[in-house]
Amino acid sequence: MSESHSAYFIPEPSRWPIVGTLALFVSFIGGAIMLNGSGFGTFILGLGAGAIIYLFSGWFSDVICESIRGSYNRQVDTSFRWGMSWFIFSEVMFFAAFFGALFYARIYSVPWIGGEGAKLPTHEFLWPMFEAIWPLMTTPDATIEGGTTAYNQIKEVIPAWGVPAVNTLILLSSGVTVTLAHWSLKKNNRKGLCWWLFATVVLGFLFVTLQATEYAHAYHELGLKLSSGIYGSTFFMLTGFHGFHVTMGATMLTVILARSIKGHFTHENHFAFEAVAWYWHFVDVVWLGLFIFVYWL
Amino acid sequence: MSEAVIHNGHHDHHDHKPYGIGRWLFSTNHKDIGTMYLVFALIMFFVGGAMAMVIRAELFQPGLQFVNPLFFNSMTTIHALVMIFGAVMPAGVGLANWMIPMMIGSPDMALPRLNNMSFWILPFAFTLLLSTFFMPGGAPAGGWTMYPPLVLQLGDGFPFLIFAIHFLGISSILGAINIIATVFNMRAPGMTFMKLPLFVWTWIITAFLLIATMPVLAGSVTMLLTDKFFGTSFFSAAGGGDPVMFQHVFWFFGHPEVYILILPAFGIVSQIIPAFARKPLFGYESMVYATASIAFLSFFVWAHHMFTVGMPLTGELFFMYATMSIAVPTGVKIFNWVATMWKGSMTFETPMLFAVSFVVLFSIGGFTGLMMGITPVDFQYHDTYFIVAHFHYVLVPGAIFALMAGVYFWLPKWTGHMYDERLGKIHFWLSAIFVNMLFFPQHFLGLAGMPRRIPDYNVQFTEWNMVSSIGGFAFGLSQLILVWVVIKCVRGGQKATDQVWEGAHGLEWTLPSPPPFHSFTTPPQVTDATAHS
Amino acid sequence: MFFKKLKECLTGITALWLMAWTGAVHAEWGLNLTRGVTPISHEVYDLHMLILWVVTIIGIGVFSVMFWSILHHRKSKGAVSAKFHHSTTAEIVWTIIPILILVGMAIPATKTLIKMEQTGDADMTIKVTGYQWKWKYDYMDDGLSFFSVLAQDSNDARQPGSNIDLNSIDHYLLDVDQPIVLPINKKIRILTTANDVIHAWWVPALGWKRDAIPGFINDNWIIIEEPGTYRGQCAELCGKDHGFMPIVVKAVPEEEYVAWVKKMKMAKAAAAASGDRDFSKDELMASGKELYSKNCAVCHMAEGQGIPGTFPALAGSAIATTPEGLPDHIDRILHGKNLMPPFGEQLSDADIAAVVTYERNAWGNDTGDVVQPKDIKAAR
Ligand code: HEA
Ligand code: HEA
Ligand code: HEC
Ligand code: CUA
Ligand SMILES: [Cu+2]
Repeated sequence: MSESHSAYFIPEPSRWPIVGTLALFVSFIGGAIMLNGSGFGTFILGLGAGAIIYLFSGWFSDVICESIRGSYNRQVDTSFRWGMSWFIFSEVMFFAAFFGALFYARIYSVPWIGGEGAKLPTHEFLWPMFEAIWPLMTTPDATIEGGTTAYNQIKEVIPAWGVPAVNTLILLSSGVTVTLAHWSLKKNNRKGLCWWLFATVVLGFLFVTLQATEYAHAYHELGLKLSSGIYGSTFFMLTGFHGFHVTMGATMLTVILARSIKGHFTHENHFAFEAVAWYWHFVDVVWLGLFIFVYWL
Repeated sequence: MSEAVIHNGHHDHHDHKPYGIGRWLFSTNHKDIGTMYLVFALIMFFVGGAMAMVIRAELFQPGLQFVNPLFFNSMTTIHALVMIFGAVMPAGVGLANWMIPMMIGSPDMALPRLNNMSFWILPFAFTLLLSTFFMPGGAPAGGWTMYPPLVLQLGDGFPFLIFAIHFLGISSILGAINIIATVFNMRAPGMTFMKLPLFVWTWIITAFLLIATMPVLAGSVTMLLTDKFFGTSFFSAAGGGDPVMFQHVFWFFGHPEVYILILPAFGIVSQIIPAFARKPLFGYESMVYATASIAFLSFFVWAHHMFTVGMPLTGELFFMYATMSIAVPTGVKIFNWVATMWKGSMTFETPMLFAVSFVVLFSIGGFTGLMMGITPVDFQYHDTYFIVAHFHYVLVPGAIFALMAGVYFWLPKWTGHMYDERLGKIHFWLSAIFVNMLFFPQHFLGLAGMPRRIPDYNVQFTEWNMVSSIGGFAFGLSQLILVWVVIKCVRGGQKATDQVWEGAHGLEWTLPSPPPFHSFTTPPQVTDATAHS
Repeated sequence: MFFKKLKECLTGITALWLMAWTGAVHAEWGLNLTRGVTPISHEVYDLHMLILWVVTIIGIGVFSVMFWSILHHRKSKGAVSAKFHHSTTAEIVWTIIPILILVGMAIPATKTLIKMEQTGDADMTIKVTGYQWKWKYDYMDDGLSFFSVLAQDSNDARQPGSNIDLNSIDHYLLDVDQPIVLPINKKIRILTTANDVIHAWWVPALGWKRDAIPGFINDNWIIIEEPGTYRGQCAELCGKDHGFMPIVVKAVPEEEYVAWVKKMKMAKAAAAASGDRDFSKDELMASGKELYSKNCAVCHMAEGQGIPGTFPALAGSAIATTPEGLPDHIDRILHGKNLMPPFGEQLSDADIAAVVTYERNAWGNDTGDVVQPKDIKAAR
C-alpha cells in the first residue's frame, strides 16, 4: 500500500497495556474508597495516579524509540491518525452529554418548574413561588415557604465579558500560535517551532491560572459552587472538565516542546506534534461552546 | 528489545508464538486477544446466566422462596450488566478481533497494544462491579438502567458501580477506535469498501455507534456520581434539575447500545446464510445501506424507553414515528436474507440452523418492539413482562444465537478441527425449543398485567411463570453442551480444510486452518472473485 | 430446606400438567391485554389488537416464504443454486409496502394519543403521590387525603418463610388497606408525583400507566364507565419493596361516592378529636405496634434489627434507648434524614407518640418511657 520499504509494524508483546489497566484499576478502587469516606482511599488513589504517570512515560517512550528508529511506515502513521481523530470524537461526545444536560435544564426542567410549557401542575402544586430565570440564582427548594434548602444560593454570576472573554482571547491566540509552530516545523525552522510552542504553552497555563482564580472568586465571594443548584452544577462540570482537558493538553504541549528542543520531529514526520495540536484545537472549540452557552447567552 | 517489523516475503522467523502466561498478558496478537475475548464472554455468559437462574427460581412460584427482595433486584441488575457488557459485547469484539484482519487481508489489528488493553480492562472492570456484592448496602439493585434517585440510595457499592461503568466504557471506546483504524487503513490492495464482507461492514458501523455513545454513558454516570458526592443537582428538581434528564442522557446511549449488540449479529448471519445457501448474498448494497440507516435512526428514537415519563405531546409523537421507521430498514435485511435462501442449494449444519432460527425469532422480537413503539399502547406495555419478552427475543435467540452460529461457523477455522456436528445439532434443537418455552409465555404474563423487576406476584401469574422457569432451567443446562463441543473441538477432531464449508467465500477461507500467527504478512490481491461471499 | 423446596417445585410441576390436562385454569388467568373500562382503554385495546394482527400476518407471510424455500431449495433435494443476487424492483417493493403499513398504524395511534393528552375540563382532581412503598391520595376538591398500603394479610404472607397458603388470601399482593373510591362517568384528572424516588401508577383497566416523579407532576385523565374494583401495581422499580405497593380503585355510582366522602370526613374528625388526650402505655404500645409494622417494619424490620449497611437497627440503638436520644428520636420520625422519610405529615401526633413509645419499649429497649401526643405537638 505504501512505497515504504518495510511492512506494517506489529509491536512485540508489551507490558504497558496491562500496566495501564492495573494503574486505572488501582486508581478507581482508591477513588471509590475515598468517596466512601476513608482516607486510606486517597492513598491508594495516589498510588494509582503515580502508576498512570509511570505508564504514560513508559509507553510513550517506547513509542518514541520505535518512531525514531524508523519502525513506522506511512501506513502505521495513518493508523495513528485514525486512532487520534476518533479518540477526539469520543471526547466531543463526552462533552455533548454535559451540554445536553445544560440545554435540558435551560429549555425544559427550569421553565417547567417555573410554570411554562407542558408541566403546569408541577409549578402550581409543588413550586408555586419559583420563577424560571437563567442563570438560576435561587433554587426551587429555597422558594418553598418555611422550607430549608439543600443548595447554595448564588449572589452573582461571572459575567461573560470579564475574565472569560480574556480567556477566550487567550485560547484563540494559542490556537494561532500552535499553528504557527506547525508551519515553522514544516519549513524546518526549528527556532520558530520552539518559540511558538513555548508561547502556546505559556498561554495554555495562563488560561488555567485565570480559570483557577475565577473559581476561587466564585466559591468565596459569589456563592457560586458545584452545589448551587443546576446552574452551578452545569457551570462547574462543563468548565471543570474543560479546564482539566486544557491542563492535559498544556502538559502534552510541554512534552512536545521538550522534545522539539531535543531535536525530535522532522519536517515530514511529526505525528505526535500534530496529535497534540489537534487535541489543542479541540479544547479550543469546546471553550467557544462554553463561552457562548455557559457565560454569554 | 527486538523489533517485530515484518518484511515482505521473509516473515517465517517471526511466526514463533510467545509462551506461558506472558503470551496472554502482554499479547499484541489479534487471534490471541480474540480468543481471550471469546473465553471471557463465555464465562460471563455463565455468570450472568447463573443469576438469571436465581431470578427464574425465585419466580417459579409466588411467595418469597430463596432470596430477599433487595437481593433479587441486585440479581436482575447485575444479570443485565453482565450479559450486555460482559457476554454479548465482548463476544462480538472477540469475533471482530479474530475475523476482521483475516477478512480484509491484513497482518493484525492496526493498534495491537491498544487492543490488548481493551481486553484486559474487562476482567478488572467486572472485578470492580462484582465486588459490590460484598459491601455494606449490597450490589447495585436499581436496575441496569440506574435511574436516579433510586440508584443514589445504594450503599458503599455506588462509586464502584460508577467506576466499573467508566472502565467498561474506556475498553469499548479503545476497542472501537482500533476496529475503525483497522478497517479504514489495513485493507489489502483491491479490497474496496463495497467488497468488504458484511460482518466487517456491520462492525465499522457498530464501532461508530460505540464511539458516539459510550462517552455519553460515561457522562451520565459521572453526573450521578457528582449528584451523590459533590452536591450537584442534575437529577433533583429541588435544585432545578430533573430525574428524567438522566433517562434522556442514558437512553441516548441505551438505544444505540441495543444496536451495538445486534448489528454484529446481523453481520454474522449475513456471512452464514449465503455460505449454506451456496448463493451470493441478496442485495449486498442495500444490506449496507440498511445497516447504516438503522444506526443513524437509532440516535433519534431513545425516548421510546420513557414514553410514560410524561413528555410533551410533540415529543411522544416524534419518538413514535422515528421508532416505527426502524422497522423499514430492518425489514429490508430480513427480506434480503429470505431472498438469499430462495432458490439456493441449502444444507443445514449447526451454524445455518442457528442463523435460520435467528431470522425467525429475532423478527418476533422485532415485531413486539414495533408494538411498543406505538406510544399509546406502550403506556400499557411499559415495564411489564411484555418488554422482558421483547428484549430477550432480540437478545437471546437474537444476539446470542447469532454469536453461537458464528462460533460454530468459524470454530473449524480457528482450531483446525471440525466440531462434533451431532452435538452441535443437539445443542441447537434444545436451545431453540427451550428458549421459546422460556420467553414466549412472558408475553402473556406482561399482557395480563405482571410488572417486571418484582420478586413475587399474584397467584394468577403462577402457571406461565412455572413454564417459563422450567424452560429457563432447561435452556441453561443445554448451554453446557456448547462448552463441551468447544473443548472437544479444541482438543482434536477431524482435520478441517482451508475452506471448511463448501459455500464459504472470502479471504479468511484462503488461509490454512488454523491460520498462521500473523494472518496476512503479505497483503493478498483482492479481485471480484475472492471478494465477499 | 432445599428438599422441601424441591418437593414444592415438583408438586408445582405436577399441578401444572394436571391443570393443562383438565383445563382447570385460574379464575383471573389471562393471556391478553385487558379491554379495560374507560373510553381510552378501549381505544388502546383496539390499537393493540390491530398491530398484533398486522405483525402476525406479516410474520406468517414472511416465514411461510422462508420455510417453503427451506423445504424445497435444499441440496438434499437436488436443488441447484441460482445465481441472482440483486433485484431493484423487489427492493423497492419491500421498502414501500412496510412504509404504507406503518403509516396505516400511525394514524389511529396519533389520534388516540392526542385524546389521551386532553386533560382539561375535568370534574374532579386527585393527586397521587408515590412513597417508598405506599401511595398517598389527595382528593383536591373534597379535601380528603390518606395513605394506601399493602393489605395486612398479603403483607404477612409475603414474609419469607411465612408458610401461609397464598391461595387462601384474597388478591394476594393486589389488595390494600384503604382503596381509592371514585365516581363513575365523571372525568377525573389524575396528577401523579412522588416523594422519594420514581414510581409509576398503573391500573391496567384504566388504560395507561404514568410515572410519578419526585419534584414534577404529570397530568392524566380517566372516565370510568363501569362500577367495579380495579387492581394495579407500582410499575417503576422503586427499591426493595417495589413489588409490594399495589393500587386498588373502587368505582361506584355518584351517590355512593358522596356518601363515602362524608363517612371518611367524619372518621377523620373523630380521630383528630381523640388525638389530643393522653393515652395509657398499653394503648400506646398496642397502636404503636400496629403502626410500626405498617410504616416502619419495611426498613427497620419486624424486630427492629434493621438491614446492616442500609437501614439502621432500632433495637439497642442509642437514639431509642437513652434519655438524651429522645428529642432526636422524635425529630427523626417527624422530619426524616437522608433515606429516612419524614413522617410528620403522614402520621398524627397520637400515631407518632404511639410509635415512639413502642420503639422505646419493644425488643429489649425497655426504657419505660411513655411519650404523649402533646410531646409530639411541642416538638413539631
Ligand atoms: C438487540 C437488542 C434490541 C433490538 C434489536 C431491539 C429492537 C427494537 N426495539 Fe427494543 N429493547 C431492547 C433491545 C432491543 N430492541 C431492550 C434491551 C429493551 C429494554 C430496556 C430496558 O428497559 O431494560 C428494549 C425496549 C424497547 C422499547 C421500550 C419499551 C418500554 O420500556 O416501554 C421499545 C419501544 O418502542 C422498543 C422498540 C424496539 C423496536 C421498534 C425495535 C426495532 O429495531 C425492531 C425492528 C424489527 C422488526 C419490526 C421485525 C422485522 C421486520 C420486518 C419483517 C419488516 C416488516 C415489518 C413491519 C412493517 C411491521 N424496544
Ligand atoms: C444479552 C443480554 C441478556 C441475556 C443473554 C439474558 C439471558 C437470560 N435472561 Fe435476562 N435480562 C437482560 C438481558 C439478558 N438476559 C436485561 C437487559 C434485563 C433487564 C434488567 C433490568 O430490569 O434492569 C434482563 C432481565 C431478565 C429477567 C427479568 C427480571 C426482572 O424483571 O426482575 C428475567 C426473568 O426471567 C431474565 C431471565 C433470563 C434468562 C432465563 C436468560 C437465559 O437466556 C440465560 C441462559 C444462560 C444460562 C443459564 C447460563 C448457562 C448455564 C449454566 C450456568 C449451567 C447451570 C444451569 C442451571 C443450574 C439450570 N432476564
Ligand atoms: C424507607 C425506609 C424507612 C422507613 C419506612 C422508616 N425508616 Fe427510619 N430510618 C431509615 C434510614 C435509612 C435511617 C438512617 C438515617 C440516617 O441517619 O441517615 C433511619 C433512621 C431512623 C431512626 C434513627 C435511628 C438511629 O439510631 O440513628 C429512627 C428512630 C427511625 N428511623 C424510626 C423510624 C420510624 C418510627 C419509622 C416509621 C414510622 C421509620 N423509621 C420508617 C429508613 C426508614
Ligand atoms: Cu413504587 Cu415501584
Ligand atoms: Cu430502544
